[in-house]
Amino acid sequence: MSTHPLGNSGPRAALHGWLLLLPAAVLLAAFTHYPAVATFWHSLFSTPRPNRPAVFIGAEHYRDLLADPIFWTALNNNLIFAAGTILPSIALALVMALWVNERIAGRGLLRLAYFTPTVLPMIAVANIWLFFYTPDYGLFDQVRGLFGLPAHNWLGSTETALGAIIVVAVWKEAGFFMIFYLAALQQIPPELREAARLEGASRWQAFWKVTFPLLMPTTLFVLINAIINAFRLIDHIFVMTRGGPDNASSLLLYYIYEVGFRFWDQGYAAALTMVLLAILAVVALFKFFWLERKVHYQ
Amino acid sequence: MNTPANPPAALAAQPPTERAGTPARHAARPLPVDRWLNTLGAWTLGIIWLAPLLYAIWTAFHPAEFSTRFAPLAPLTLDNFRAAWEAAPFPRYFLNTSALVATILAGQLVLGTLAAYAFARFEFPGRDVVFALVLVQLMIMPDMMIVENYRSIHALGLVDTVSAMALPYIASAFGIFLLRQTFKTIPRELEEAARIEGCGTLGVLWRVYVPLAKPTYLAYALVSVSHHWNNFLWPLIVTNTVNTRPITVGLAVFAGTDQGIDWAVISAATLLASGPLLVAFLLFQRQFVQSFLRAGIR
Amino acid sequence: MSKPLSALTRIAAGLGLAAALAATPAAATELTFFYPVAVGGPVTKIIDDMAAAFEKDNPGIRVKPVYSGSYQDTITKVVTAVKGGDAPHVSVLLSTDMYTLIDEDAVVPFDDLVKTAEERAWMTSFYPGFMQNSQTGGKTWGIPFQRSTVVMYWNKELFTQAGLDPERPPQNWNELIEYGKKLTKRDAAGNVTTWGVQVPSSGFPYWLFQTFTTQNGIELMNAAGNETYFDKPEVVEALQYWVDLSRKHGIHPPGVVEWGTTPKDFFERKAAIIYTTTGNLTNIRANAGFDFGVAMLPAGKRLGSPTGGGNFHVFKRSTPEEREAALKFVRWMTTPQRAAEWSIATGYVAVSPAAWETDTMKKYVADFPAPTVARDQLEYAVAELSTHENQRVTKALNDGLQAALNGTKTPEQAMRDAQREAERILRAYR
Repeated sequence: MSTHPLGNSGPRAALHGWLLLLPAAVLLAAFTHYPAVATFWHSLFSTPRPNRPAVFIGAEHYRDLLADPIFWTALNNNLIFAAGTILPSIALALVMALWVNERIAGRGLLRLAYFTPTVLPMIAVANIWLFFYTPDYGLFDQVRGLFGLPAHNWLGSTETALGAIIVVAVWKEAGFFMIFYLAALQQIPPELREAARLEGASRWQAFWKVTFPLLMPTTLFVLINAIINAFRLIDHIFVMTRGGPDNASSLLLYYIYEVGFRFWDQGYAAALTMVLLAILAVVALFKFFWLERKVHYQ
Repeated sequence: MNTPANPPAALAAQPPTERAGTPARHAARPLPVDRWLNTLGAWTLGIIWLAPLLYAIWTAFHPAEFSTRFAPLAPLTLDNFRAAWEAAPFPRYFLNTSALVATILAGQLVLGTLAAYAFARFEFPGRDVVFALVLVQLMIMPDMMIVENYRSIHALGLVDTVSAMALPYIASAFGIFLLRQTFKTIPRELEEAARIEGCGTLGVLWRVYVPLAKPTYLAYALVSVSHHWNNFLWPLIVTNTVNTRPITVGLAVFAGTDQGIDWAVISAATLLASGPLLVAFLLFQRQFVQSFLRAGIR
Repeated sequence: MSKPLSALTRIAAGLGLAAALAATPAAATELTFFYPVAVGGPVTKIIDDMAAAFEKDNPGIRVKPVYSGSYQDTITKVVTAVKGGDAPHVSVLLSTDMYTLIDEDAVVPFDDLVKTAEERAWMTSFYPGFMQNSQTGGKTWGIPFQRSTVVMYWNKELFTQAGLDPERPPQNWNELIEYGKKLTKRDAAGNVTTWGVQVPSSGFPYWLFQTFTTQNGIELMNAAGNETYFDKPEVVEALQYWVDLSRKHGIHPPGVVEWGTTPKDFFERKAAIIYTTTGNLTNIRANAGFDFGVAMLPAGKRLGSPTGGGNFHVFKRSTPEEREAALKFVRWMTTPQRAAEWSIATGYVAVSPAAWETDTMKKYVADFPAPTVARDQLEYAVAELSTHENQRVTKALNDGLQAALNGTKTPEQAMRDAQREAERILRAYR
């Protein structure tokens, strides 16, 4: 921070600074920091029931967690979900942005097309995806039928349910990320790429040598968002599979919802939330201590 | 997230990267085949991305038996909209969602502006620590703290209110971060001039910083509104009644029926629910993208 | 949609007129009434009108219906409300939530509410099949309101095409397989175009599974709701039968079948026979473009189906006056005449024998005898799976069923795992 002290330092400035911060700080503390700490605290207590108040049980919830096959399935699914959504959605977003950044026929309409998923409520669109996946007369199977392929129960079989959920998430995210890439692309002076072309680089090389490195800050931003979304996007599961079949499409946050608000086992739900927080903490550390150094800023 | 924003005012003057020479001539045009393939690819993806919306439009305007059959001459009808409209109190849901989105956005803008100003232009002890604490929320989003936040909201006696749905989101790290980046690019000389004219801290903020950050506000507003218009899980948890439920939670009613899914009515309901956002995006598409560019979100 | 709507509209109009005439007196007792709108829109209107009509008949009591989403949402809302000390006064909830409500110390038994002999008689006026999920420990905790059972719908056209008697549905497990084989159609490439039989298994497969276990002569849990029998040989056998329909005989779609699309599959002639709730009758009647029949489920060792659907519950927090008012409301809502009208409008089974004796009901079934199937099946019906920590135990079974249907576990393994999990959960309640 190389700010010059220009009348905004000193005790009076400190007071003003703190006053300006106060409202946001209070709310952040109340709904982000306090709950993070409280989650840990509550994860050490049993869930209170009408005849049994909460008692301190130490790490018992965590021991249960290690022995809980559904937790492991959900965690495993979530890692697959992350792997399956992060890269494809970023790659697609970039490709989309490159396309609509150029003079392509119907550019405005294309931008709109790519962006629609952001505008449509997931909870409602999930029903439409449910139709796409319906065996036999669903859209996918109708298209497959044209090629003589048999019907498939996409959401109802253990092997494909998670994949089906991933596709919907990629669809939802890519267009949103595209906007960020598009904004970044438009700030790259076209002369740069042209210079590269003049030096004999192909379009492909020009992209990798010139454009892509310049997009690195955007890629980092989008990457972090994609990682967070991988642990956050669960609305469609409520409609499409409810985590089934046999937890094949259950993700961590969905399992937390089930345990916390269907089984009312809030102590155990707190322990599960801690796992989620731990994963995100690792992501944050990774970002600050590794990625930051890899990215070139001006 | 640490993407340095470009000065909106100095956008034209200062390209974001080191210049690699200044080529004057135009680069060779891409081959027509290449161009043709790109257009084809872009549109194929565009159609896939639009498919759910196209399907919703098809299904919503045709009788239920055509929701799985695409006969070009199928009769048109508005019955599905009537059925959907009667099946849920849409006007009330719209009102609730609008109130929710407006509350969150207003809160985010005000609190974000104040905090961002403090971070960008004030020097006081503890500033950087607090800023780091703010950034924590970029990782640990309120969506993941449902269990503890429900406890808090309940303790505050706010269950089933618009405030309950809004409070965890009002202090937004993303908003604070974005505005801070923008504010930092505004020349200090402008602030000094305003101070000399007798403006106080808030006066400077209001007269100098806020007007110059307009594109950032607009871009941020788009992200915030589209996110909260479609948010589902938290409102589901903290609302009980039609008087507070936003449209997403209301839509879930169509999904969870005993009698099976009626895609015609669901599609109509989806279109009704996302209509306002879709129309807004259609109308302001250009401005949205422009504001993203000028806000330097990338 | 025209037929059920007109039935709905008739009632709504009648009740609405009554409501319009009602003058609201100074509010004395206000009842909050949580009602799960899992049944869609028009029902909201009927409930509103019923509440208004009740207010007219009972000056001094006001009823405030709160529409709280699906059954799942509603129980979630109710329990969180109970924990927060602002429970409703009355609610319609799944009958299987009885133990949950008792464990949360949320509800009062009706035995403590009724005083007169007439009221006591009212408590016993319902079908015993429906009372199994409403009573435990010698007390009655719920009063049946919108109840259902699983029945079989069959497409008469497809029966005729397959050379079967369109008026005779399969009577037992073997016939179901035999008919299913005739009804399953394949195209030239060997892909199935019509399945013989379809039993949905998403969301709450345990309920449909209970049809098979009941028919195989075994119950899934004890009356105290603290023990389950998922790994008994009869249960495994029942699951094997369900799994075999698809894996061995190839007459049932593979994997987990979505509940929500099953009626549509039936309309689209993708399934010749489907198992679903009686609550779907109105929907299927309106949308099936062919002649269909409704029948009791095919028998195994015996006929059988679980009951399902929602009961009235009265909550504890209320004052004696409020409880009295709540009882009045529940009684008013379940009179034979109203039970009959409710059944006609929604397709749920009218809950008391007296309701079937009303003129309204007699006239209705004279035209359209299908609803009587569910009533007659009640004689063979058992309680829906319900235990302490019901959601959790049920999930254990659901997961096992879906694993077996997907072939990731053998029926035996799946049921052993489910039983072990249920044991772990229920140990604390013995």
